[in-house]
This record gives sequence, C-alpha cells and structure tokens, in this order.
Amino acid sequence: MKIAVLSGKGGTGKTLVSVNLASVAGECFYMDCDVEEPNGHLFFKPKEVKEQEISVSVPVFNHTKCNGCRKCVDFCKFNALAYIKDRVFVFEEICHSCGGCTLLCPQNAISEKQKIIGKVQIGQSENVTVHTGMMNTGEVSGVPIINKMIKDNIEQKEAMTFIDCPPGSACVVMESIKDADFCILVAEPTVFGVHNLSMVYELVKLFDKPYGVVLNKCMDTENPAEVFCLEKNIPILGRIPFDKELGTLNSNAKIAAREKDDYRSLFSSLLQKVMEEVAHETTVNSKR
Amino acid sequence: MKLAVPVNENNMNTTVCPSFGRTPYFLIFETDTKESIFLDNSAAASQGGAGIKAAQALVDNHVGAVLTPRCGENAATVLQAAQIKLYRTMSDSIEDNLSAFQAGTLSLLEEIHPGFHNHGGK
Repeated sequence: MKIAVLSGKGGTGKTLVSVNLASVAGECFYMDCDVEEPNGHLFFKPKEVKEQEISVSVPVFNHTKCNGCRKCVDFCKFNALAYIKDRVFVFEEICHSCGGCTLLCPQNAISEKQKIIGKVQIGQSENVTVHTGMMNTGEVSGVPIINKMIKDNIEQKEAMTFIDCPPGSACVVMESIKDADFCILVAEPTVFGVHNLSMVYELVKLFDKPYGVVLNKCMDTENPAEVFCLEKNIPILGRIPFDKELGTLNSNAKIAAREKDDYRSLFSSLLQKVMEEVAHETTVNSKR
Repeated sequence: MKLAVPVNENNMNTTVCPSFGRTPYFLIFETDTKESIFLDNSAAASQGGAGIKAAQALVDNHVGAVLTPRCGENAATVLQAAQIKLYRTMSDSIEDNLSAFQAGTLSLLEEIHPGFHNHGGK
C-alpha cells in the first residue's frame, strides 16, 4: 500500500502529515521524495544510515572518430550540444540523459559516462524505515533520484509506504505519485491555498488516482479549501487545527504523534479514515 | 566583420532586445559593406538551452562580435569557444550601438549571468 502526500505549494504540511502518519502506522516505509530540500529525516533522525549515490548518463565524445556531421547537435531537443571549431561541446547540466545522441551517431563516436547527481540515505527510526532522496545543489532534475527510490520500493509491495512528495504538480511530483495507490492532498484554509489545491486536484484526476483532502491549519473562520472540497465533492479525510503546541513541536523537529497522545489519536484516526477510503476505492474499482 | 545584435523586430527601426537566447531576431550587420540582414532566432521557442542554440546559430553565420545588453553563461561559453567577442550595448538604439562599435567606444561585456533557465528574465 503506497500513500502519496502532496500539495500545490511548499509549507502546507506534507511533511507534518506524512511523518506523523508513518509514526502511527506500525512497521512502514517513509520516502522523502522532496529531493531538493528533504526534511523528513530531521524529524525521524534515522539511525544506522546507509548511503547510495545516484547517477545519470551523459555523453562523452571521441573527437577523432567524430566527423562533424552534427546529427547529434540537431537531434538534441534540449540543446545540450554545440558544435564549435570542429568539436562538440557537451553542456552536462542541460543534458536530460535521453541517450539519443549515443544511439544516433553514425561514427559511433559517443559513449556515456556516469555523473553523480545526488544520493539516497536509508536509516531506521523506531517503526519507520526512512528513505531520503537528496539532490546535489545545482542539478536540474530530481526525477532520476525519485525514480530509483520508487523502483526500489516496488519490492516492498505489501508494506505500508508513505511518499512525501515535492511541492507543486511538475515532473518530480508525477514521478513520486505514479505508483501510489492513494493520494492525500494537504490544503491550507486560504484563497491562495485553494488555488494550489486545485493544481494537485487536477493532477491526481489526470493520473486517475483515488484521493482525499486533509485540511491543515484549520481555524473557526470560513475555510475556502473546505468550500472547494464540498463544491467538487472531494472526500475530506481530516482536519488538523491551527494549534500553537503542534506548531511548536513541529518547528522543533519533534514528531507530534510520538510526543503527545492527543496528536497520536488525531493522526491514528486520520490514518484509519485513509484506509477506509482506500478500501472503499478498491471495492468500487473491482465492481467496474 | 559581421556583428550580431539581438533585436525585437526585423526592421531597422527596431530596438535592442534585453534577452540574448530568446530574442525574436538577430540583426546581422556587415561592417565592411554596411549590409544588414535579420536572422530568425529559432532558439526562442526552445524548452531549454535557448542560449546555446542561439549562440550556435551565430557561430554558424560566422559572426565576429556580438553586441548585447547581457548574456548567459552557456551562451557565453559557446561564443567564447568560437572566439566571438561580446560587447555591452549602451542603449536601445541599433544605430547608436553600431556607430559606437565602429568608433571603438563600446566596452566588452564582462558580467556573464548564470542564466535564467525558464525563470523569467524579461
């Protein structure tokens, strides 16, 4: 069972929700796919951490074999190659590692080398196995790191996995949710929050994923995100109050569900609600 | 020598375009014959790497110097590898910049920005 937690912007509470859900879920996996700035590990403080480097392929040119036909330069959709004074120049940070130039070269002048773009750390924090994707500063895309994390997790089919997604609805988020069984959308109670919620709402519909919303930072006043959910008939999975104590625990990198029983039951009932939704979706789908 | 200037329109009344890689046109001016042609910048519509592609087109057109308000580092790498000199434009006016270059009063463009990579820069 893979549950992805996403939101249209940063700071809505993806990490709060996914870290706390994992903490109340028994033996499970937590995957921090927000590879540009992963922060779940700051809460879990995993032990016995092992590291694995992640690399991508970039072209290397044999300038004696190259006859300057420029097929590779014309082919590269990303403009990562230039041909100047009888030599091909490679712009590695522009290259998307598609491998097209290597396949295409009539002179067989192109080989590939591995370029390290980041790493994945794996450690243990009580009941949770914590996977943290970390992209090196200056790299263009975290997709290869997320892809590797998701692939490795496929082996754990039966285990419960919480995927803490990057913010937004771009490629990195699509990569994070592609194998998810259920998507939790975290929303803030503002008009701006609704705009961001609608972005991820469209994304999960496009991917045909079952989904529900967690309303975070709830106050007594009107909640535009809740209005949006009611209008669109989106299941509301739970409400997290705008609560100073929760905020303080969270900003001190404490896992609220591990610190206080009240929060433990808040997230336990949220998890239960999620599981009910998943079971409901499974029944509905099997009838289709 | 051939000069290239990123410009907003393909006529001589046009102005200098603030973007190098995504300029709609390049004015190519031959200093010996005073002839001008306008080059469509096909790189403008690129998803990424526009500066590299635009610079490649100038290399292929045997340009000797580029007059531009600014230039990203990837485009500058291509131009410098082809030993094309970069000069900083002093105003929006095409005429002023071409005259200043020929009078030798235009200074070299030394600040190369790290590129905008689809994040604005208009």
